[in-house]
Amino acid sequence: MSGVLDPRTSPPFPIVAKTMLGDSQLRKNVRHATDVIQTKRARVVGEMPDWQALREAGRQIRSHTMENLDFYLEELERNCTRAGGVVHWARDAEEARQIVVALVKESGSDEVIKIKSMTTEEIHLNPALEAAGIHPYETDLAELIIQLGEDWPSHIVVPALHKNRQQIREIFQKKMNLPELGERPQDLADAARMFLREKFLRVKTGLSGANFLIAETGGVCIIESEGNGRMCLTLPETLITVAGIDKVLPRYQDLEVVLQLVPRSATGERMNPYNSIWTGVNAKDGPRNFHVVLMDNARTEILADEEARQTLNCVRCGACQNACPVYRQTGGHAYGSVYAGPIGAILTPQLQEMHHAQSLPYASSLCGACYEVCPVKINIPEVLIHLRNKVVEQKGVSAEALAMKMMGMVFMSERRFRAAQRMGRMAEVPLVRKDGQGVGWIGWLPGMLGGWTQVRDLQEMPKETFRDWWEKRGKDGK
Amino acid sequence: MASEVMASSAKAEILRRIRAANGRASSLDAGGVEAEWTSVEREYRRGTSREREAVLELLEDRLRDYDAHVVRVANTGVAATVAKILSGRGKKRMVVPEGVAAEWLPAGFEFVMDAGLSATELDGFDGVMTGSTLAIAETGTVVLQNVAGQGRRAVTLVPDYHLCVVRVQDVVETVPEAMARLQQTAGLTTTFFSGPSATADIEMTRIKGVHGPRFLDVVLVA
Repeated sequence: MSGVLDPRTSPPFPIVAKTMLGDSQLRKNVRHATDVIQTKRARVVGEMPDWQALREAGRQIRSHTMENLDFYLEELERNCTRAGGVVHWARDAEEARQIVVALVKESGSDEVIKIKSMTTEEIHLNPALEAAGIHPYETDLAELIIQLGEDWPSHIVVPALHKNRQQIREIFQKKMNLPELGERPQDLADAARMFLREKFLRVKTGLSGANFLIAETGGVCIIESEGNGRMCLTLPETLITVAGIDKVLPRYQDLEVVLQLVPRSATGERMNPYNSIWTGVNAKDGPRNFHVVLMDNARTEILADEEARQTLNCVRCGACQNACPVYRQTGGHAYGSVYAGPIGAILTPQLQEMHHAQSLPYASSLCGACYEVCPVKINIPEVLIHLRNKVVEQKGVSAEALAMKMMGMVFMSERRFRAAQRMGRMAEVPLVRKDGQGVGWIGWLPGMLGGWTQVRDLQEMPKETFRDWWEKRGKDGK
Repeated sequence: MASEVMASSAKAEILRRIRAANGRASSLDAGGVEAEWTSVEREYRRGTSREREAVLELLEDRLRDYDAHVVRVANTGVAATVAKILSGRGKKRMVVPEGVAAEWLPAGFEFVMDAGLSATELDGFDGVMTGSTLAIAETGTVVLQNVAGQGRRAVTLVPDYHLCVVRVQDVVETVPEAMARLQQTAGLTTTFFSGPSATADIEMTRIKGVHGPRFLDVVLVA
C-alpha cells in the first residue's frame, strides 16, 4: 500500500536494509543530501559562540516541560480556548483520526490542503481521510513528490531526499501532465507552484502539525521554508492542527532557544525562511475556525520510562539522521516507520509500546554522532542500549541465551574448546568464499547464526590455532 | 452528548497517565512550576555585543545572503527610493495594508489599501509593500505582526513580490532580544521571514521562491 510505513507490518530492519544497500542510486542520493546538510550545519553552528549553552538550555526547557506536562497542557488549553480556538484530546491514533475526519466533514469540505506533518504521517491520516471521501493535497514540495510518486517519506525534514531531479521530473511529468517539463530544480519548483496555487486559493480547510505549542499564550508555532505552510495556515476558513502532547513549550520566551537551535540543526540555515505564530482565531487575519488536536498515542508510556523519557525532548530537526552512518547507508525506508534514523530507532519501538519494531534499537553502531549533534542533547546511544535490554527481557529465555550458555560450557574446558575449533574448521568449508587477496570470508551462516552474518562478514578460521603453533614452535626449538 | 463525554474522558485519561508517569496523583501548583521554570540555566547570549553600525551591516549582509535586495536610506528619502526600486522591477500596482505611512508612498504608482481583499484578488497585484515590527541582524530575519502598516498575513503572502521597510531603531542583533521585544504582543499573529520563499527539497539545491513572494526588497530607514 502506498503512502504508509507501518511498523506493525514492516519487515525487520536488517532484512529491508540489505535490499536498500543494493540500491546504489538511493544510496548516492541520500549520501549527497546528508553531506550537503551536514556541511551547512557545521558552518552555521560554528558561528555560534554560545551553541553549547543553547543546547543545555534547550535540554533543560524540554525536561522541565515533560516533568510538568499536565500543567502546561491545561494552561495551553485554557489560553487557546480563551482566544477562540477549540482543543480536542486524543488518546491514540484511532481517536485522533476520528476527530480530524469529523472536523473536516463539519467544515463542509471534501478536500484539505496539508502542510508537511510527521505526526499526521505517524497516524496514517491520509488513508483515513481518503476512506472518508476527503482528498488531502500535500503542499510541501517533498511531500507532494511523495504523494504523487506513491512513495514513502524517508527523512523527518526532507522526506524526498532519496529522489534526484530526474526521478522527480518523471513523477511531475506524469502526474501533472507536463510532458515538456524541464529538469532544472527551478523548473520543478515552478511546476509545483503552478500546480498548488489553484488549490491554495480554492480549498477551504487546512490541516497542519505543530513545531511548538506555547502554553503561556495558547499559541502555535510552525517553522517552514516554502510558504506553503503560510498558505495552509492563513487562507482557509477552517484550520485543524494535530500535535503530539510533547510539542508544548512553557513560555513564549522559550522560542528564543528553539528558534536558534532548530533551523541551524535541521537545514543548516541561520533561520528558516518562515516562522508563523498564531493564537486562536483573529477576526481579521486567518481562519475563522481553529482546532487543536492534542494526541497522546503512547507518548505517556514513554514518559513513564525513566531512562527513555528523554526521547520526548526531540524537536524533530533530523540532525541525528544526517549524522548517522547507518542511516546514510540504508536511507529511511529500512526503518519501517516515518521516523527514521537514530531518533526513529528509539522513538518508533516506544510508540509501538515495544510490541513491534524490536529490531530498530539494534540498527545503530552506537558511535555517538547522533548525541553530538542533537540540539537538545538527547543521549540516543544510552536510550538505544536501554531499549535493547527491554527487548531482551520481553523475549524471555531465547535460543540465543541458550546458545550463549553452551558457548560458556565449551570455553570452560580445554578439551571441549579444541574439539569445537576442529569442528568449526570442518563445518565452515562449504561457506567460505575467497576475496581478491585470497582471504576467506563467510557472508552467510545457516539458521540462528544467520543473524550475525546479516549485518557483517566473518573471516574464515585460521588454518592453525595459536595453541597448535605454540606447541609446534617449542618442539622445533629443541 | 456521547462524544462530549468521550472527549472529556480522553482528556482526563491523558492527564491521569501523565501524572502517574511523573509519580504524582494531582495537579501542580502554579508557583512551584514557575519557580522551576525560572531556574532553567540561560547562559546563552541575550544581549547585543556589536557596535550599532556593525549590527546594521550584519543585517544587510545576512539579508543579501538570503537573496534579498537591501537599500539603506535617510528618513526623508523613502518615497524616492521606493519609486526607484519599483520602476527598476517594473511594478506598478501594489497592495498595501491599512496604516502604512503615507510619506513612504511615491506618486506615479497605484497603491491599493487592503480592506479584506480575497486571495484571488491579492494574487492579481504586482506586489505588496509593508512596514515591519523588527529585524534580527544575526539571522537576517524580519518580523511582521498584524498591526497598522503590516496587516493581515495573507497580504504579504500571496503577491509574488514584497517590498518591506525596516526602521533602524527596530533592528536587534540576536533572537533573544527580538523575543523580549515581542513579548508584549505575544498574542498577535506573527510572521518571521528570512529572505524570499525558498526550498531545498530537490537535491538540496536552494531554490528561491516556491509559494510565498519570490522577490524581496528591504528598505532600511535611518
